[in-house]
Amino acid sequence: MSNTIDNALNWCFKKSVWVYHVNAGGCNGCDIEILDALTPYYDVERFGIKLVHTPRHADALLVAGPVTRQVRERVLRIYEATPDPKLVVGVGSCAMGGGIWHNSYATLGGLGNVLPVAIYIPGCPPRPEAILYGVAQALGLVPQQVKKQEYLEVT
Amino acid sequence: MNLADISLAVLYTLVFPGFLFTAVVGLFLTWVDRKVTAVIQSRMGPPWFQPFADIGKLLSKRMIIPRGVRTVGFIGAPLLSVAGATLASVIVFLALFDPTVGFMGDLIVLVYLSMMPAIALIIGGASSRSPFGAIGASREMSMVLAYEVGFLLAVVTVIMQTGSIRFAEILAYQAQNGAVLWSLSGFIAAAVMILCMQAKLGFLPFDISEADTELIGGPLAEYSGVGLALFKLSRAMMFFFLPVFVVLIFTGAPQLNLLSILGFLVKLLMVLVLLILIKITHARLRLDQALRFFWTKVGLAGLVAVAFALLGL
Repeated sequence: MSNTIDNALNWCFKKSVWVYHVNAGGCNGCDIEILDALTPYYDVERFGIKLVHTPRHADALLVAGPVTRQVRERVLRIYEATPDPKLVVGVGSCAMGGGIWHNSYATLGGLGNVLPVAIYIPGCPPRPEAILYGVAQALGLVPQQVKKQEYLEVT
Repeated sequence: MNLADISLAVLYTLVFPGFLFTAVVGLFLTWVDRKVTAVIQSRMGPPWFQPFADIGKLLSKRMIIPRGVRTVGFIGAPLLSVAGATLASVIVFLALFDPTVGFMGDLIVLVYLSMMPAIALIIGGASSRSPFGAIGASREMSMVLAYEVGFLLAVVTVIMQTGSIRFAEILAYQAQNGAVLWSLSGFIAAAVMILCMQAKLGFLPFDISEADTELIGGPLAEYSGVGLALFKLSRAMMFFFLPVFVVLIFTGAPQLNLLSILGFLVKLLMVLVLLILIKITHARLRLDQALRFFWTKVGLAGLVAVAFALLGL
């Protein structure tokens, strides 16, 4: 019985994702692409995805940017303000590993150093289709196409 | 009052014309709203189960109670909202399905109960300790004072024409003497009522207190999980019983034959589509513009309707 309810609630979560859009010190390129992905042309409402304006209503945080030192505190507060269960999606090259700011003193070198990230979407900036595909993959709506690979540095 | 009466009352309130029925149909109508909006914006729009998935997801989420909120008000407001919407829908649908149950003055009680969700928004926003909530609550308060005038004047017109404050008697009067809508005063009152309903439902151009893009949800800004789900649910219930209420008091109840019931549903759909069309073809008004609109134009039209009703037109 409780299993059935869990399954139903899981299904609801997958069919209704409200996203909140965070700029963690990015150059605005990814933000513009995120907004493109939310236009009527791509019609994300048919997947149940909706832009909300406060983290309290959000299920997924779309974070763009390399996370500067200044913005770290704010990103953490937004993360804490989001009710569980929640997903963090890193959008763009900067969120993946700092991008061109990977070794700058002013950034923390990517979102992975600050928050537990569910999925990264590569690109500078990623296309709107890629953002939609990434969110769908994080929810398990489409199959994963690339396996995770790990490499060890030979000393 | 014996046990059977009490259990019947509980059943009425929680299941059939009350909470469950209104919530399910109301959520479905919310989908109609979103689908019509999508079609007019030439997109596909959400699948039919979207509002149900939204509510299910919100119920599965943790409700955050921020530090420093007035706990009683913050938790009580969503419950008050749903309770008001439930009781109001019970009165509306019992008048439709079982006219013998009503009591003298249930129309007045209904007018007060339908105000409860707005009052709950004010309480919730004011106790949430968020500046957005406080601004939203104060805007909602000004709006309630403005649009309730027109709403009450429209109801008063119907009361004067039919000579009764009992819902079932109003329906019986219209079954005999024809719809209130087709008199001059009734027509003006119906137009006033539609505009006030737009504001009561928090639709554009009057969604000033929530204003997603400037107040990030206003009173709802600090709500998450169950609290937000209950507010959305009561909004969906209002989107069902208020149009039914308007169709009932202006055109009467359907007779027990297929054509009449179909006609009733078509009228209901027309009111819904009218509300949705106003919503998606207008931009949000400022608070002062909306207040001026309701106090002068709508209020004046309401007074004219009452005057015509006095003259018997």
